[in-house]
Order: sequence, then C-alpha cells, then structure tokens
Amino acid sequence: MTKPMGNTLTAIALAAVAFGTVATADESADLVINGDQEMTIRTAAPAHLSDVMDEINSGWLYRKDETQLLQMDDFDNPGMIFVDLAQDAWNAVDGSEDKSCASCHDNVEETMKGVRAVYPKWNETAGEVRTLAHQINDCRENQMGAEKWKYTGGKMTAMEALISVQSRGMPVDVAIDGPAQSTWEQGKEMYYSRTGQLELSCANCHEENYGNMIRADHLSQGQINGFPVYRLKNSKLNNAHARFKGCVRDTRAETYKPGSADFVALELYVASRGNGLSVEAPSVRN
Amino acid sequence: MKLTSLTLAASLIGSAALAGEVAPKDVQFDDYGAVEVSLSGASGDAANGALIAGTKSKGNCVACHAITALADVPFHGEVGPTLDGAGARWNAAELRGLLANAKMTFDGTVMPAFYKVDGFTRPGDAYTGKAAEGELMPILTAQEIEDVVAFVATLNEE
Ligand code: HEC
Ligand code: HEC
Repeated sequence: MTKPMGNTLTAIALAAVAFGTVATADESADLVINGDQEMTIRTAAPAHLSDVMDEINSGWLYRKDETQLLQMDDFDNPGMIFVDLAQDAWNAVDGSEDKSCASCHDNVEETMKGVRAVYPKWNETAGEVRTLAHQINDCRENQMGAEKWKYTGGKMTAMEALISVQSRGMPVDVAIDGPAQSTWEQGKEMYYSRTGQLELSCANCHEENYGNMIRADHLSQGQINGFPVYRLKNSKLNNAHARFKGCVRDTRAETYKPGSADFVALELYVASRGNGLSVEAPSVRN
Repeated sequence: MKLTSLTLAASLIGSAALAGEVAPKDVQFDDYGAVEVSLSGASGDAANGALIAGTKSKGNCVACHAITALADVPFHGEVGPTLDGAGARWNAAELRGLLANAKMTFDGTVMPAFYKVDGFTRPGDAYTGKAAEGELMPILTAQEIEDVVAFVATLNEE
C-alpha cells in the first residue's frame, strides 16, 4: 500500500511556534484513501459564496496528522466498523411489512451511489426539504412498518454512513434553487445569526476565523461533506445535526432540535457551502 | 463572615446590584466605548484577574488571545490580537468598556460582552443548550471585570 504520508508528516514541529499551541495539521496535505481514491479537499468556492471566500476546504485539512492518517485507510478508519454494522441492518427484515431496505433497494452499492451528494433535497410528495436521516425514517415508518430511529442515534448514523460511503469521492451537489430556495434562505439567515450569550454566529467562527486556533481547537470551515464523522472525542459516528447542536450550545444559546425544520434548513445551507468538495463520509475528526 | 453574607445576598437577589455596584443595564459607555467608573465600586486584584483570564469557565480570554504572562496556561487562541502590550495601548476605562461590552468599542466584533444580560437571540442556560430561565447573569461579575481590568493593565510589554 502506498500512501502519500511524507507530505502529511512533515513540518509539524515547525508549526508549533508559540507557547502552548498544539501541533496543527499540514494544511497543504492531500487526502488519498486506500492509496488510490483521491478526494477533492480544496476547490473553488461555489458561486453563491464567491463574495465571501475563494476556496472551500474540507475539515480534514485542519486536523492533526494522527487524525488525518486514520482517514486515509479504511482499515484504520473506526467509522468503517459502523458501515459494516449498517450493512447487516440493510439486509435485516424489520417491521410489520416483513421488509428490509434491500427488499426495495437491492444492492446498496448500486442503488445508493450518488444519493448522499445531493442531500438534503426537495421531496416533491412531502412538499419539503428532507435530510437523508428523514428519508431513512420515512422508509422505515411507511415502507417497512418499523419504528423510527432516533435522529442522532447509533443506528441512524451508521445507516447514514453506509449510504454516504457509496458516494465517497463524488462532489457534493445540493440544489439550492427552485422549491428548495426558501429553505436555503432560511438556513443562510441562521448561519449568520449571532446566538446565545456569547453572540456568535457560525460565520464568526467558520467563515471569519477558519485556520485560527480557538483555545486548543483548530477552526475549520465547518463543512459537512465528511458527515457522518467518527469523532475520537466520543468514539462514535456523529451526524450533522448533532454537531450543529454542540456548536450552538457553545455560544451559550438554546439549541435547536436535531431533525427540526430549523436544522434541516441549516443543513441544506451548510451543505451548499461545500458544493464541489468530495463526499468524504465516514470521516474522522477529533 | 462578611464574605459569606455577601455571597448569600448575591445568590438571593440574583443579578440585582450590590451596594456600590453598577448593574449590567446601568453601565455608562462614552462615545468610544470606555467606562469611567469601577463596576464594583472597588479596585481590582490583578492576580485574581490573571486567574480569571486563564480559566475556561470564567473569562477564558486565552481562548482567543495569546498572553505571554499566562504562558503556563496551555493553548492560547488566535481569534483576537495578543494582549501583550494591551495595558500600554488602553487605559483602565477603555479596558473596562472592552470587557463589559467590546461591541461598543469595536462594532460587530466577535469578542463576547462579559457584563451584559439582555438583547440576546436564543439565550441559553449557560452551556447546557437549554433555554435560559429567569434573569441572565453576566458572564463575569462586576468585581471579576475589575480584576481582569487590573490584570490586563499590567500587560505593558509588547
Ligand atoms: C465559538 C466558535 C464556534 C461557533 C460559533 C460555531 N462553531 Fe462549529 N466548530 C467549532 C469548533 C472549535 C469545531 C471543531 C474544529 C473544527 O472542525 O472546526 C467546530 C466544528 C464544526 C463542524 C465539524 C466540521 C468537520 O469537518 O468535522 C461543523 C459541521 C460545524 N462546526 C458547523 C457549525 C455551524 C453550522 C455553526 C452555527 C450554527 C457553528 N459550527 C458554530 C466552533 C464553532
Ligand atoms: C471569542 C473571542 C474572544 C474572547 C473570548 C475574548 N476576546 Fe478580546 N478581542 C477579540 C477580538 C477579535 C478582538 C479585536 C477587536 C476586533 O477587531 O474585533 C479583541 C480585542 C481585545 C482587546 C483590545 C486588544 C488590543 O490590544 O488592541 C482587549 C484588551 C481584549 N480583547 C481583552 C479581552 C479579555 C481580557 C478577554 C477575557 C475576559 C477577552 N478579550 C476575550 C476576541 C475575543
């Protein structure tokens, strides 16, 4: 196996110049998975962002070397264990209709390719923008007659990871116009709203300060192309709404609920800021 | 003895001002965002201010600012400028204003207001993610602000 590790492993000691700073990642590294699958981790910002930034970057770039390396090989990536578990769930019959996901969607590798890249997505029948997690629960409830999974729970994040990994390497490409536009506008409004007693918006940290340290954390652009992510901090997969909740909480604010219409709007908007980056899930973060 | 009764009084009356203390809503900023009078009515203790500035649950100034005087505290941020020399750049009134509500000095700054209790969007109950109940407390008390002002005033060297 050939991995371009040289690049990632250099210059770290040099980076830790000031006292107390942690060794930060090499922001010029490239992400190649299993030695052959090249990821787009930096690319031109989508048109709707062109007045605020030129380039968009994956959160992988801002992680330390050890963390970066974990995502470069599926045998090292702890998130892949959950993908395997979800493969079993994909084939398992559940609910009153005696069906599994596979009953309707056959082979996940074929039927789910490209799906992650375009979610959240307008659902014509429902007349609303839906996240992948909502769609999973819709199938469980209405096609299988099975119980809905908890929005941020382990079964849900694992299934999201299984579906997402089928799009790995494909560019994120969520639609922001047409019927999705008003939801996108709502999400944008939220992104720039300063919440909580600290009066901080997503943009304050992830647009104005990416690349800077905030205490021990190296701020990224807060992209969600890598979601669900395996976090070393809590040793599990985390979906975007769980992460949003943590960030809103950290502004000393009342959070929104995972799965709520508010977070769906925010997810659509944040996803659209990553249009062009590779789907990276399951990614690894600290 | 005196201390105990003061703490007790403070917890009973919530954010209501103690004698000689300026309540968050009554702070007078001048046109440049400076605050002339001591918020607590007393002077500050620089040593305690240093502690507050480096403590995560208190001022956590190092989250955003590098401060050489606090080199023993790990992980200083880069979101704001280094505070080395800030004591030479700003007088006490200006520092007090910056701490109470930096937005009065720097329009739209990301620096949080440490002595402000209203005008927030979706204020939470500290870091629980739940909605705040009842009156909010400022992030730092009047005396804590004075202590940090006294500490930053000692940072005279670039
Ligand atoms: C007080 C600063 C702050 C604010 C405000 C903030 N975040 Fe974050 N966020 C962080 C830190 C620190 C991290 C961890 C380091 C990183 O990945 O940037 C993080 C991580 C993230 C990640 C994970 C990125 C990855 O690649 O794993 C996402 C997504 C995110 N934030 C979205 C948001 C959104 C959306 C908002 C607004 C609702 C928000 N953040 C507000 C500090 C903040
Ligand atoms: C979330 C980030 C953040 C935190 C926390 C924070 N600050 Fe700031 N501070 C800033 C930024 C950014 C500036 C620069 C002003 C601007 O242009 O917005 C600043 C400016 C200042 C200045 C003026 C700097 C100079 O020398 O010109 C002082 C003094 C200051 N801060 C003190 C403090 C103290 C003391 C604390 C803690 C009690 C603190 N700050 C907490 C972000 C922060």
